[in-house]
Amino acid sequence: MGELAAEKHVQFILSVEKKKDSLEAVAMEHLRMNGAYWGLTTLDLLGKIQVLALFNKIDVLDVDKVASYKQIKSKRNKKILLNLIFNSDVAALQNKDGSFSGDMWGEIDTRFSYIAILCLALLHRLNKINVEKAVNYITHLNFDLPMPTAVFCCVGALAITGSLHHIDKDLLGWWLCERQVNSGDILIKSKAKPGGLNGRPEKLPDVCYSWWVLSSLVMIDRVHWIDKEKLVKFILDCQDIENGGISDRPDDAVDVYHTYFGVAGLSLLEYPGMKALDPAYALPVDVVNRIILGK
Amino acid sequence: MREREMDSDEEQLWVPFKSRPEWSDVIPVEQDDGPNPVVPIAYKEQFTETMNYFRAVFKADERSPRALQLTTEAIGLNSGNYTIWHYRRLILETLKADLQNELDFTDQIAQINSKNYQLWHHRRWVAEILGTNATSSELEFTKKILLGDAKNYHAWSHRQWVLKELGGWENELDYCQELLEEDVFNNSAWNQRYFVITRSPLLGGLTAMRESEVSYTLKAIVAHPENESSWRYLRGLYKNDNWSWANDPQVASVCLKVLSANNDCIFALSTLLDLIRHGFQASEELRDAVDAIRNSNLVEAESDLTKTICSLLEKLDPIRVNYWKWRKSILCEGAK
Repeated sequence: MGELAAEKHVQFILSVEKKKDSLEAVAMEHLRMNGAYWGLTTLDLLGKIQVLALFNKIDVLDVDKVASYKQIKSKRNKKILLNLIFNSDVAALQNKDGSFSGDMWGEIDTRFSYIAILCLALLHRLNKINVEKAVNYITHLNFDLPMPTAVFCCVGALAITGSLHHIDKDLLGWWLCERQVNSGDILIKSKAKPGGLNGRPEKLPDVCYSWWVLSSLVMIDRVHWIDKEKLVKFILDCQDIENGGISDRPDDAVDVYHTYFGVAGLSLLEYPGMKALDPAYALPVDVVNRIILGK
Repeated sequence: MREREMDSDEEQLWVPFKSRPEWSDVIPVEQDDGPNPVVPIAYKEQFTETMNYFRAVFKADERSPRALQLTTEAIGLNSGNYTIWHYRRLILETLKADLQNELDFTDQIAQINSKNYQLWHHRRWVAEILGTNATSSELEFTKKILLGDAKNYHAWSHRQWVLKELGGWENELDYCQELLEEDVFNNSAWNQRYFVITRSPLLGGLTAMRESEVSYTLKAIVAHPENESSWRYLRGLYKNDNWSWANDPQVASVCLKVLSANNDCIFALSTLLDLIRHGFQASEELRDAVDAIRNSNLVEAESDLTKTICSLLEKLDPIRVNYWKWRKSILCEGAK
């Protein structure tokens, strides 16, 4: 089994940051904020967030403000964030049934429940919403299209609000651990390698589920039901050893999204030398501790 | 590649707004990143200019045909921008525009990226207003997307919404049938089939459909016992009715059939374990079949059948060895 090419991944993330005027960068314009999150969190998990300063990235990223991600306690930055949140008024997007809309146009989805609860928790403003109703909405959902992404949003929202006791952990854990692909037709047909997690039965494994499925398994304390070593190997096999970055499956093209999910997955699997990641907040544990516990 | 081609075509034909006479009265509004931009983006000129004009009309809340045209261009450059889509809907409402055009417009966006959330949200908004007039167009549209990507989550989600809100259930079971004939491993098609038999007002619900569905599924299982989807579907047919699950002889006999012929089938073994858990009494034949597999896999005999099945699953499904060990451990607790 290969090792984590951490230095290469750092180079890769920095190179993505540089290619701002490439076609891909423009096509992915709407993912800009996500890209910043994926890149910064990956660098932090690898213990390399300081390279942004060393790399003289000041023209692109205001290092002070990047640091605000780490020093959110500083008054000025806190004020910026609070203004941001009150202007968009997340709490007002809660509906009578406890669900959340994404914007004033009212698309309702569990991803908005998670996002609203997450950002209000980070701002110590969960008291601005009806948490009981928000939880009740999630625990009474009827899933016509079961997906690990939705499972993550629901489990994450319940974890943040201290409501995990509503989940039948053995049953959900079973469905989630069934997502690890070992053998079978799908692998034979695609020549894909075993050990990865898939999103639905008979689908190919994909590194992104090393986040969606794995974080949910960690949150409900059933991660020991999968083969962690095989999953580590699958993620490491998805690395581009030469140029850095991680792809969805071995030998595919890498991108910053899968690089984050691969690195995040390795962190949740306690791969040596990495910072710990909080599975519910999707942020490094020390960052969550600082924000939530004030440590 | 399609995206690339469209980009270069548009670039060649694109006329800057400042050179268009119909826009001469508008003063573009530059993006305000504040005094210390966190992450300034090196936008292309076309993008910057289009967005500057968009900001100008948005600020003036201009709801005109030219503003509508501007949102078409702006969405073409960045189909992920919520604000532009939102503004487009405001304009469409004000102009009482023909929403059939919106179906063509979203169709074009879908050809570039069919996994764009805004496109589907917009499509739903349009279909909500068009009502049952949109039923067939929406079923056709999702069918077209699913033809290229049979497991597209957005398309399935939209299709389910259309069926629930606008109807069109008549041919849905046949459609699922078609997809499964094409690829019996298509879990999305199984999932939709379950949605239809449990939700369609034209069918009698799960209990009424069970007999025919069980027989359909058993055939699929026998043809491909390694197909996780068909086993899951079978279990779903007995949702909230564990008594029938444990007492329907057809389920036990498909396990026997598969185990006798196919020997190491994990799904058959786990189904059998589940049946016994809910009160099923295994026949001698089934015990013999399990024993034969145990022998060929060099697994030690246990004190009872369920423990033996767990031991076998530990061996045959090693990545979930801890899960099966846990299942075995709760059997012991139950026995105490």
